[in-house]
Amino acid sequence: MTSGNRMDQTLLVGIEPPARLSARRLLLLGGIALIVAGMIFGDLFAVFVLHQNASRVGSNLAAASQAALQGEASSVAAYFTNVGSFLENRGTKVDAHVHMAEFGYLALLLAVLIPWIALSEKSKRAIAWVFLVGSALLPVGVFLIHYVGLARSPLESIGWASIFADAGGVAVLLSTLVYLFGLWKHFQSRRVAVDALSNARTTAGKLLLAGGLVLVLLGFAHGAYYAASDLYRQEAQDNLLLSNILHASVSADKPGLDLALADYGQLQGDKAVKIAAHAHIIEFGLLAMILSFFQPYVRFSEKWKRRWAWVLLAGSVILPVCVLFELRFGLLAGGLADFGGALVIVALVAMWIGIARYIEQFDSRSDVTP
Amino acid sequence: MTLARRVLILGGIALAIIGMCHGTWYAVFAEHQAVDHMGGSLVSAFTQAANRSSEQAQTALADYRQLKYVHDRQVDAHGHWIGLAMLLIVLGIVFDRVGLAEKWKSLLAIGLLTGAVTFPLSVFLQTLSHGSLPRALSIASSALMIGTLAIAAFGFASNRSNPSRLDM
Repeated sequence: MTSGNRMDQTLLVGIEPPARLSARRLLLLGGIALIVAGMIFGDLFAVFVLHQNASRVGSNLAAASQAALQGEASSVAAYFTNVGSFLENRGTKVDAHVHMAEFGYLALLLAVLIPWIALSEKSKRAIAWVFLVGSALLPVGVFLIHYVGLARSPLESIGWASIFADAGGVAVLLSTLVYLFGLWKHFQSRRVAVDALSNARTTAGKLLLAGGLVLVLLGFAHGAYYAASDLYRQEAQDNLLLSNILHASVSADKPGLDLALADYGQLQGDKAVKIAAHAHIIEFGLLAMILSFFQPYVRFSEKWKRRWAWVLLAGSVILPVCVLFELRFGLLAGGLADFGGALVIVALVAMWIGIARYIEQFDSRSDVTP
Repeated sequence: MTLARRVLILGGIALAIIGMCHGTWYAVFAEHQAVDHMGGSLVSAFTQAANRSSEQAQTALADYRQLKYVHDRQVDAHGHWIGLAMLLIVLGIVFDRVGLAEKWKSLLAIGLLTGAVTFPLSVFLQTLSHGSLPRALSIASSALMIGTLAIAAFGFASNRSNPSRLDM
């Protein structure tokens, strides 16, 4: 064992895992499970739905434009019903993926803050359950919106799936609000709470914190560059191309219509990859920073903890960079991006197993203690 | 707990709650209606094109543009508020590791919170005004966010001291 490893082991002494079914344990394991589920769902969506769906949207938009060009007003609405349905399919799945991961991050952050929330353990545990149930209900509800629609809904434009999703969102909102109140109560009491987990520093933790911060900064810089150079230009181009499509349809200009449709499809792809790259690099940076806090709970050797941290950081760079190059290099970049996503998932699952091993060992030790 | 950490953690959670309230309000009261209207405007634009009514088609398209402009920014404001809120909480937890004087750390925390509140707010304000003020606010607040985060990163990197006890 190196001296660095010895130091890390020394730091770990006295760091007890959260007690059985405690609020911290619920939020920690539930949070990682939500993130893993959200990422697996996102990867499956990217491989099996995203591109196929985009191509169906494009072909129906083209068909609607052709119908307009041929003066068939009645067919236009039918094609747009299809476009609407495909866009809803895509939108609800993206929303489910994003919310599942975001709620996972929030759960992990609340798990870190638990010792400073001045509420009874029983209350904190009950609120953690409300938070986790809401966090699962919202994405599942959003996912079902496309399939349930307005069936048997008492409302004009909101279906049952949306109602359940909104109820999930309210549950998350209220539980976060109660935790904020607990935190405020702690600050009012001026009581000093010491948490060994916050004090502990491991090499893997430092690596994840530094790497995560760099990723977030890169994501911010990319977002600023995108906003300055592309956002408004692309919005103007989007409007111009739609206007050109309509104009070509009205004047029965078939070559003009085909050109405008091709440009419009290209523009949508360009927008999508830039926004996805920006969002993913920041999300992964944030995830790396949050996971740095929990490295003392991961029961692997320091060498393996560092390896998993590198795997997570490598995937966090590969996915957004390859997404950015998807338009230029097509399937190769898409496949590499999916590989990057898989690396993040594998590292996350490994850390989850490491935490479960730590907890299991602690529980079995507690069981034999008189 | 230091002022800087208090600003980041309490500010971050409060900001996450604002983002969630905004998202819930938008999802319940505005989004479904907005998406329906957007679809309706686009269908109307192409139907008018099929009827060779160029002017009416362009009018319907202008409606669609306006609705989409607002919808995109509402979603962006919601996402950025919550994302930045989580970043503030994370930074708040580890802010004692920034190797700067306490006074500078407090200023840095206030700068980060100001940027995190103002940037999504400026995006939201773009739904109310197409003028240059909200856009200028977006540029200034994103520059503030990047600048303060870069200084914080520098502060983390320059801290070579041993772990100190966290007095939370």
